[in-house]
Amino acid sequence: MIRFTDVTKEYPRTGVALTDVNFHVAKGEFVFLTGPSGSGKSTILKLIYMEELPTAGEVRVSGLSTVAVRRTEIAKLRRKLGIVFQDFRLLEDRSAEANIAFALEVTGAPRSQIPSRVSRLLTQVGLASKASSYPRELSGGEQQRVAIARALVNEPYVLIADEPTGNLDDRATRGIFQLLREINASGTAVVMATHNLELIRRSDYRTIEINRGQIVYDSGESKPVQPEELV
Amino acid sequence: MRSMREALLAFRRAPLLSVLGIITIAFSLFAVGLFGLVAVNIKETIASVEERVEIRAFIAEGTPAEAIAAAIGDIGSFPEVAKVGYVSQEDALKRARQELGEFRDVFDAGFLPASIEVRLKPGFRAPDRVRSVAARIATYQFVDDVRYGQEWVEKLARIRNIAGIAGIALGLAFAMVAVMIIGTTIRMAVLARSREIAIMRLVGATDGFIRRPFLIEGFVKGILGGGAALLLTWVASLLINQYIVKTSFFPTELAVIGVLGGAIIGLLGSGVSVGRHLRRV
Repeated sequence: MIRFTDVTKEYPRTGVALTDVNFHVAKGEFVFLTGPSGSGKSTILKLIYMEELPTAGEVRVSGLSTVAVRRTEIAKLRRKLGIVFQDFRLLEDRSAEANIAFALEVTGAPRSQIPSRVSRLLTQVGLASKASSYPRELSGGEQQRVAIARALVNEPYVLIADEPTGNLDDRATRGIFQLLREINASGTAVVMATHNLELIRRSDYRTIEINRGQIVYDSGESKPVQPEELV
Repeated sequence: MRSMREALLAFRRAPLLSVLGIITIAFSLFAVGLFGLVAVNIKETIASVEERVEIRAFIAEGTPAEAIAAAIGDIGSFPEVAKVGYVSQEDALKRARQELGEFRDVFDAGFLPASIEVRLKPGFRAPDRVRSVAARIATYQFVDDVRYGQEWVEKLARIRNIAGIAGIALGLAFAMVAVMIIGTTIRMAVLARSREIAIMRLVGATDGFIRRPFLIEGFVKGILGGGAALLLTWVASLLINQYIVKTSFFPTELAVIGVLGGAIIGLLGSGVSVGRHLRRV
């Protein structure tokens, strides 16, 4: 599903960000990416959603290779990836439901289907009552739930989360993490970069640790968690 | 369809920025319009003065009428010539008396010679053209002298050249300033939405999908700004007409070109600015 083969990434200004990175994420897997700031976690995520292309080596994501990829293919790929950030990246001038609908409009989804899909997702992330609230009226945890709903709206294979709980308090963090586990349990792979060792310790998901652009630890491919294990 | 809706929404979401943008575009094009108005009027004035360029060939006394008629036919077929006419001695006297008023009694009949009067077509009124036609007319045996106000024709040509060069240089400068101001205005509008562009890309929008509403928005701003500028220029020209001096307004084609020019700058400005964000994000 996601495969890194001898991936090296060098930025023109800041130098080498990743050296010889190899790993594979299977369908439905949950993977933690961890490591100190600047170790290369975000670069790995950017390579997955092809915001960056590797300097050497190859990244393959659901059949698409960075070796020969066109801009329009990248756009299509992103519709099948859900991406979530620490800073939520919601549009401030639109309500929660409009933020989610936005991701559907972009893909040219039929307008008649948009409202029902949006409200289903808002229910899934526990925000059905806040559909018409604007981001500034929502707490951090709620904003992240909107962002996750937006990421899920196109039924992605993989949810990519870059420090999704970085700006949240403990309670909100637990809530968001629980939501990510549920999403994973329903079959979507999750790749989550985090500093939060507590989260990693509490669950037995696969963990890949990066330091100075190299993988220093990989707990190995884990088998997908079954829904019943979550309760 | 969606692009149109999005472009319209952009106006609704940021009305102040949109209106300011349109006003900025309007005033920068208004400056170009005012300059254009001056240029058009100077050009017209020079052209109307040039119309008065004429060549006069004085005819020796006693020349047979048939010879003069033949010459007039001849001259009339020169490619440069618009009009040829015969001024008899009596006509010349009448005219002189009219023009000179109080000195009317100075002249006797027969004092002024008969002449052939030649007017040139537009485009053939430059000094060397005039000189060459005059030289050809001078070759007739019965022509005593040919006059065309050489000095005046040359001065006029110089004024026209200077006005033309100054007009082009100033016009280019004005147009460039307008392009830069409009470009910056549009760029700011795009910059204000760079976050939105970044998010659109993240959720998988194609470049074209992102670009289209911006192109429409830039085009519409250009049209509205251009239209407002045209209106301002028109009002200015009315006021000038009423209080200062009689002027003429742009021909319709030029007005349309001006407004379309604004729209195209808006369109291109948007395209370039969005392109920059698409590459970077």
